[in-house]
Amino acid sequence: MLPIREGLIVAGILFTLGVVGVLVRRNVLFVLMSIEVMLNAAGLAFVVAGTRWRQPDGQVVFLFILAMAAAEVSVGLALVLELYHQYKALDTDAISRMRG
Amino acid sequence: MTILFYTASAVAIAATILMLTRLHAVHALLYLIVSLLAVAVIFYDLGAPFVAALEVIIYAGAIMVLFVFVVMLLNLGAEAARAERSLLTPSMWIGPTVLAVILLAEFVWLLVHGSTPPTAVAGIGPAEVGMALFGRYVIGVELASMLLLGGLVGAYHLGWRKSANTEVSRASHP
Repeated sequence: MLPIREGLIVAGILFTLGVVGVLVRRNVLFVLMSIEVMLNAAGLAFVVAGTRWRQPDGQVVFLFILAMAAAEVSVGLALVLELYHQYKALDTDAISRMRG
Repeated sequence: MTILFYTASAVAIAATILMLTRLHAVHALLYLIVSLLAVAVIFYDLGAPFVAALEVIIYAGAIMVLFVFVVMLLNLGAEAARAERSLLTPSMWIGPTVLAVILLAEFVWLLVHGSTPPTAVAGIGPAEVGMALFGRYVIGVELASMLLLGGLVGAYHLGWRKSANTEVSRASHP
């Protein structure tokens, strides 16, 4: 028997933890890490659902999430480096007065 | 069988909570890596060995290397040396080590009790995933490659603009 419901609950808990991390932490590195946790939880939900219906589609979507996370993290970390060079801080509050 | 799933889930949630409550970014990264490895064990337990391997290789491997690289890049100098010394104290690595040893014990248990995943009858192997990925979802593969190219160009541009600006300012104000 597959633990489908429990798998979805675990994915929900991990996603909630990621949301809490984004809202609570002010260090931009922690925000990026929390986003990774959220993407991972979404992928877990996809794989659990794909296993439930015996289809490979869930795993395929997880691969797309993986590629998206890789692209997101490369641009995000480049922005973190730029932020640190501009403001000498990793605090997200430091750029709250930014004007476009 | 399900005891493995519950243990891995507990490790994943505990590691994520510990990650959120750390003050130092490197400590949090260690817990995040343990959390990703625990999710990989969950995938293996669910009968998705291909995705479990990719989770370890790409998430816990490549993406976390990027994070560690940036964290190490951001603090240089004497302060970094002090931080480096504090990284070697047991209080820093004992937590992730305990959680990782739990995952290792699960892995050894699986190897001893037959190398196939517990839910092998329901498992979806790499062949099926590959057939679906390059069959029905081939347009998604193309879009993912374009996205990765965009990410590459974007990261290169963000890293390159600063030195170009100084070159331009030096040229305009000799």
